[in-house]
Amino acid sequence: MRSLWSELEPLLPRVSKPIQYVGGELNSCVKDWDSSDVRWALMYPDAYEVGLPNQGVMILYEVLNEMDGVLAERTYAIWPDLEKLMRENGVPQFTVDGHRSVADFDLLGISFSTELGYTNMLSALDLANIPLAAVERTLEHPIVIAGGHAAFNPEPISDFIDCAVLGDGEEAVIKITKVVREWKAAGRPGGRDGVLERLAAAGGIYVPRFYDVEYLVDGRIKRIAPNRPNVPFRVSKHTVMDLDEWPYPKQPLVPLAETVHERMSVEIFRGCTRGCRFCQAGMITRPVRERSITGIAEMVQRGLDATGFAEVGLLSLSSADHSEIGEIAKGLADRYEGSNVGLSLPSTRVDAFNVDLANELTRNGRRSGLTFAPEGGSERMRQVINKMVTEDDLINTVRTAYQNGWRQVKLYFMCGLPTEQDDDVLQIAVLAKRVIDAGRQATGGKDIRCTVSIGGFVPKPHTPFQWAAQCDHETVDHRLKILRAAVQSDRRYSKNIGFRYHDGKPSIIEGLLSRGDRRVGKVILTAWQRGQRFDGWSEHFSYDRWALAAADVFNETPISLDWFTTRQRLENEVLPWDHLDSGLDKEWLWSDWQEALAGGEVDDCRWSPCFDCGVCPSMGTEIQIGPTGRSMPLLAISPLATSGVVLESLAHS
Amino acid sequence: MDVPHQQAPVVQRLRFKYAKRGRLRFTSHRDFSRAFERALRRAQVPIAFSSGFSPHPRVSYANATPTGVSSEAEYLEIALNEVGNPEEIRANLDAALPIGLDLIEVVEAKTPDFALRLEASLWQLVLVGIDQDAAEGAIRALLVESEVIVERKTKDGNRRFDARGAISGLWVSKNGAENVPIAGDGPPSVILKAVVRNGSPSVRPDDLLAALRVVAGLAPTSPTLVTRLAQGPLNASGNVVDPFDPDRQ
Repeated sequence: MRSLWSELEPLLPRVSKPIQYVGGELNSCVKDWDSSDVRWALMYPDAYEVGLPNQGVMILYEVLNEMDGVLAERTYAIWPDLEKLMRENGVPQFTVDGHRSVADFDLLGISFSTELGYTNMLSALDLANIPLAAVERTLEHPIVIAGGHAAFNPEPISDFIDCAVLGDGEEAVIKITKVVREWKAAGRPGGRDGVLERLAAAGGIYVPRFYDVEYLVDGRIKRIAPNRPNVPFRVSKHTVMDLDEWPYPKQPLVPLAETVHERMSVEIFRGCTRGCRFCQAGMITRPVRERSITGIAEMVQRGLDATGFAEVGLLSLSSADHSEIGEIAKGLADRYEGSNVGLSLPSTRVDAFNVDLANELTRNGRRSGLTFAPEGGSERMRQVINKMVTEDDLINTVRTAYQNGWRQVKLYFMCGLPTEQDDDVLQIAVLAKRVIDAGRQATGGKDIRCTVSIGGFVPKPHTPFQWAAQCDHETVDHRLKILRAAVQSDRRYSKNIGFRYHDGKPSIIEGLLSRGDRRVGKVILTAWQRGQRFDGWSEHFSYDRWALAAADVFNETPISLDWFTTRQRLENEVLPWDHLDSGLDKEWLWSDWQEALAGGEVDDCRWSPCFDCGVCPSMGTEIQIGPTGRSMPLLAISPLATSGVVLESLAHS
Repeated sequence: MDVPHQQAPVVQRLRFKYAKRGRLRFTSHRDFSRAFERALRRAQVPIAFSSGFSPHPRVSYANATPTGVSSEAEYLEIALNEVGNPEEIRANLDAALPIGLDLIEVVEAKTPDFALRLEASLWQLVLVGIDQDAAEGAIRALLVESEVIVERKTKDGNRRFDARGAISGLWVSKNGAENVPIAGDGPPSVILKAVVRNGSPSVRPDDLLAALRVVAGLAPTSPTLVTRLAQGPLNASGNVVDPFDPDRQ
C-alpha cells in the first residue's frame, strides 16, 4: 500500500507542530502491508498531544502488532490548519506509522474516553473518504468500531459506527481479528452485514443497526429489540480477569512531540469498588482486578529500559487502594533511590496514608503539590455522592501534608450534583479557609497555597445518577460566581487560595452526548457540518452552535436539549443503554440512587460484605485482590539514575 | 526540609556534532532536547546534574536550526561526572536516538568558548520551480544592495530588520544535489548555497528567501528544502571551517 508521505510532506512546513504528523516514535513499528491479512487503523479522536499517551490505544497497538499477519497503525485528529491544506490538496486521513490512507484498512477502531471526540470522528471519516453513514459503506470501506468508556452508550453515534465493543479491549481485538480473518478467507460471505452478523454472534460486540428502537408519543423510548436472529437481546462487556497475563504496554511509545503526559504509566489495577455514585469509570470497570507487586515491578523496570522516561505513574482509579500499595511504594522507592527528578503526586484519596505514600515516593525529591478529591463541598453532599470523608478527615490530612513539607494542596470538587443547594457549594470556601488555617498552623505561617478546582457534574449512563436531572448551566454558573465571591471576600485568605473552574455550558453538551439516544446523532452531524470539532478545547467549543443545532433538529418534536439533560428520569423509563450490559444490576443502581437521595452510604466491598451490585455473579467471578505476600527484590544491576514514581488517578486526569 | 541533593562534580566535557535529517527535520528544538535527555538515560550516560531543588542534566545547545530545516551540523556539549570513552558514548547515544537524529562526531572539550566559534553557517536551499537564470539574477540583485529589509512575524507582531548584512556568500551550486536527494520528475529546481554570519538579529534561511523575494520577486512553487551543511569559524577566504579543530590539537 502506497505511502502518502510525499504528498503530506510539502504541507507540513505550513502547519503548527508538524512533528505530530511524522510518526517514527520510539517503539512504534510499521509492518509489511502485503503480508498482513487483517489490518487495523486505531484512532484516538483528539489531537496527537492528547491521544499519543492514551494507554488504551497503546495497549491495543502492541497486542495487535504482536500477532502474525496482523498490522495496526495509529491515526489522530488533525488540527484545522492541516485539515484545510489536506482538503485543498486531496490528501486523505492518514496513519502516522506508515502514512497510509485510513480508508484502505479492514478496521478502524476509535477509542472514546469521552463523548467530546464524536465530532472529531466525523472529521476523520470525512477526510478518509469513508461515508459518514454506516449504512452507505461498502466492502471497500473499513469496519468502524467504537470502544472506550463512552462506548457503554454509543447510541448517539450509532448512525456513524458499524459496531461498538464494551469493556476491556485486549482480548476483544483478538476475537474481532479472528472473525474478520475467517470472513475474509471465506470470500466475505454476506458482504458487510455478513461480517457484522458474525461479530454480533461472537458476543460482546454491539451492532446498532441490528436493533430497532421504538418511541412513545411523549418522546421516551418504548422498546429496543434485535431485528434479526442470532443477535442477543443484551450485549455484555469484555473483562480481562488476570492483569498479570497482560503486561501491556511492554514497549510504551515515546513521542518526539510534547504531549500531555511526559511519563510512563503502569496500570496497577483495573476497576474500583469505592462506589462513588457520580463515577462512571468506577461503575463500568468492576470488578477490581489487581496487578501483582512483582508484575508491577517488572513492568516498571522493563518500561524504563525501553523508554528512558524519568517518571513512572502508577495508574488506576484510586491507586492508594491497591492491597499492597505500601510495599509497592517502598519497593520502588528503594529500587530507584538516588533520583534526580522532582516528583508530583496526582492522587485523590483523602487520608493520612496517602500522605505517607507521597512522602515515600518523594524520598529524595521535591515536595510541591498534593491533590485530594473530596468532590462534594458539604458533608451532606459527600453523603449523597458516597464519598465517605468528613471535613475533619480532610483537615487532618492536609495538616499532615503541610507538616511533611508539602507547600501546595489541590482540592477537586464538582458543582451541579443531585440535590445540591447554594450552601453546599459555598461550603467549599469555608473548607478552603480551614485548609489554609491548618497549613499556617502546621508550618508556622509559611507561604502555603490551596488550589480549588471545580468541574461541572455530568450524569453518566450505568451509574446510580443515570436518572438524575443535570443541573442547568445558569445555576452552575451562579453557584460558581457566589463561591468565587466568598473565597475572594476575605483578604486574609484570598491570596493563598487559587480558584479554577469552567463555565457550566460545556457540561450540558457533554450531558446531551452522554445520555442521548439515536436521535442525537443528527445533532452531532448538524453541529459538525456547521464547523464544530475539537469539543474538548475551549477555543474550538461553541455552546451556541451545539444548542442551535439541537433546536433545529428537535424542532416540533417532544424532545430537546433540556429533555435529554435537565429532565429527571423515572424508574420505569427505558434508558437508551438498557440493552448494553455493564454487569451492574439496574435494580441495584435504582436502589442506590434512592439511597443517595436519602443520604445513605455504601461501603467498599473489598473490605466489607458484598452489597449486590450484580457484577460478580453476572460474570461468574469475584474481585481479584491481594495481598500476594510476595516482595519486590532490589535490582541486581544498577537502575537508571534518574527515575521517579508517581501515583496517578485515571478518574480525574 | 532537606537540603538539595549534592551533585557529583564534572570531570569531563564532550562536544557533539549532530544531524537532523529527513522527516525528523520537523522536530523542534524543544522536542530534540527532551529526546536527547531520554537518550542519556537509556544509554546510561554518567551525565552531571545542576545543583538545586530541581536538578537538570548539564547539556548546552548552540544555535538550533528552525523547525522544518534539516541540518548536518548542529552542536551540543554535555558534562559528565565520570570519565568515559567519547566514541563509545557517542555510539550508545546515537543508538538510543531515533534514526534521523544522528550523532555524527564527538570531541573531548579542551578549549573554552565553543559557542563563540560558531561564527557562520553554510546553508543549502533547494528552490523548486526556479531555473538557474532566475536564481542567478536574483542573487546578483541581492548582492549589489548594502541593505535589504525583510519582515518576520513574531509573537509580538511583525519585526523588520536587514537580512543583507549577515550574508557573506551566496551562489548557485554547480555540483548538483550533494546531500539532498531531488525527485527526478518534478518541476525544475536549483540549489543555492549561502554563507550567513550568526549574529543578532539572526538571519535565518527564510529571511534569506524573503530577501530574494524583495529584490527579485523570487517565489518557489513549493516549500524550500533547507539544510545547514556546516557551522563554524569563517576563515580568511570566506569559508566555514570545522569548529572542532582547536579541540583536536
